Amino acid sequence: MTTLLTVENVTKRFGGLSALEAVSLTVNSGEVYGLIGPNGAGKTTLFNCMTGLYTVSAGVIRLDGVPIQNRKPHQIVNRGFARTFQNIRLFANMTALENVMVGRHARTRTGVLGAVLHSRRCLAEERDSRERSQAQMAFVGLKDRGRGLAGHLAYGDQRRLEIARALATEPKLLALDEPVAGMNPNERREMSELFLKLRDAGITLLLIEHDVKLVMDVCDRVAVLDYGKKIAEGVPDEVRRDPAVIEAYLGGAVA
Amino acid sequence: MDIFIQQLVNGLVLGSIYALVALGYTMVYGILELINFAHGEVTMIGAMIALAVIGALLGAYPQAPALLVLLAGVLAAIPACMALGYVIERVAYRPLRRAPRLAPLITAIGVSIVLQNAAMLIWGRSYISFPPILPHGSHTVLGAVVTDLQIVIVALSILIMFGLTLLVERTRLGRAMRATAQSREMAELMGVNVNTVISITFIIGSALAAIAGVMVSAYYGLAHYYMGFMLGLKAFSAAVLGGIGNLAGAMLGGLLLGVIEALGAGYIGDLTGGFLGSNYQDVFAFLALILVLVFRPTGLLGERVAQRA
Repeated sequence: MTTLLTVENVTKRFGGLSALEAVSLTVNSGEVYGLIGPNGAGKTTLFNCMTGLYTVSAGVIRLDGVPIQNRKPHQIVNRGFARTFQNIRLFANMTALENVMVGRHARTRTGVLGAVLHSRRCLAEERDSRERSQAQMAFVGLKDRGRGLAGHLAYGDQRRLEIARALATEPKLLALDEPVAGMNPNERREMSELFLKLRDAGITLLLIEHDVKLVMDVCDRVAVLDYGKKIAEGVPDEVRRDPAVIEAYLGGAVA
Repeated sequence: MDIFIQQLVNGLVLGSIYALVALGYTMVYGILELINFAHGEVTMIGAMIALAVIGALLGAYPQAPALLVLLAGVLAAIPACMALGYVIERVAYRPLRRAPRLAPLITAIGVSIVLQNAAMLIWGRSYISFPPILPHGSHTVLGAVVTDLQIVIVALSILIMFGLTLLVERTRLGRAMRATAQSREMAELMGVNVNTVISITFIIGSALAAIAGVMVSAYYGLAHYYMGFMLGLKAFSAAVLGGIGNLAGAMLGGLLLGVIEALGAGYIGDLTGGFLGSNYQDVFAFLALILVLVFRPTGLLGERVAQRA
């Protein structure tokens, strides 16, 4: 098993406040890695540092051995690291299919000139882009739903569309920030099936989630953050019994 | 009735020029939420460069075919303005990307003053007249006189607007532009190089401004270092009228503003019993702007403001 992502002693300070303090973790190729912790533990901050939205105050993040911390978001996407958001952030005024096609941006090349001249290469690329985007929508369970505006899709479908859009960038590593928040148990089960399907398609998943049961069912390994520090890491069963984890979640020793 | 149709024609011609300039304002606003007040000056520079090239060519080769000379002028103005637009964004606006919104706005006004004064130093304070190389045929349609120049201006504008719409709606670059307009951060996370998209937006807008600048100086037969100010203000009004940030809105707003202005100029004498003359035509453009801002602040085709958030 090869290492895909390593986080080494990453610290993020906002003024005097340390949102992350020397957090280290490694994600292996092909696994589903869960990141859990109470509200405000720094999970999303870590995602933002990894995807280039925040600069890190200290530490190194490597994807495939190459440092990616403090790079521009689009450069990190180009290296094969995509993400979704806790609060859905689609391009609401574009069609669902167009949203996914924007995700293809990183993997296509034609510039202004090709578009103006309607070059054959450009047309072929556009067609290819459309077909792949449709395939990605079908993969997440949104077959033939591309025509409507993204903002008009049902809530659960918007979450799926966000995943399809992230997939369009052809990531090796896909980071999902609370992908089942606000879903009912039925939808949650469908989503966890999708996660396993993604893993089977060869995509490494990094998952922030509050639903402990889902995390325990789906993840191969789990890390727990609390107050910006990693307090535990390991296979789900181990982590579940870790006293530090229990204390973080329940606040104080359990008899 | 004759005057009505005549003014309608004149208004559509003027309006299509406004629309081209308004597109530049609205594209930049759509992506950066910045009102690029220097855009009118880019139009002026386009006109000035075209005239300088045309003048030089005619001086060197007085017998050169008129159409070729005109084309050379336009083809010199377009890349010059594209470069200017790129430099303005790079030097004046990009360093202020994260500054409060007032800072780039004031910088835009500063850039506009700099460009006006640079133009005044280079080309002087006096009006420069357009050499008589333009098509000067005319036709009578429904009692109105339509010149060849007017037909060329309208046809070319429609062609350009059509092309721009295709570019924005149908291509990879257009998608990247729309995505950036909706959420810069999200577009970047999709692998879009936002800085490139912003640069290209300024470059495209400036190319349109160059063409509009040549059109307006050809239409009035004059160019002047101060011409960009009023033109820019009108085009900005047109963009707001149609709903700033919206391409179709800029086109509609431009045409509408041109027609309102022309009709106003045609009838103001009758309406006020000769008290006010057609030199008050500017009143109508801004009156229309005020009315829209009062009754429909998002513009005719504008999206709800909350949707942008």
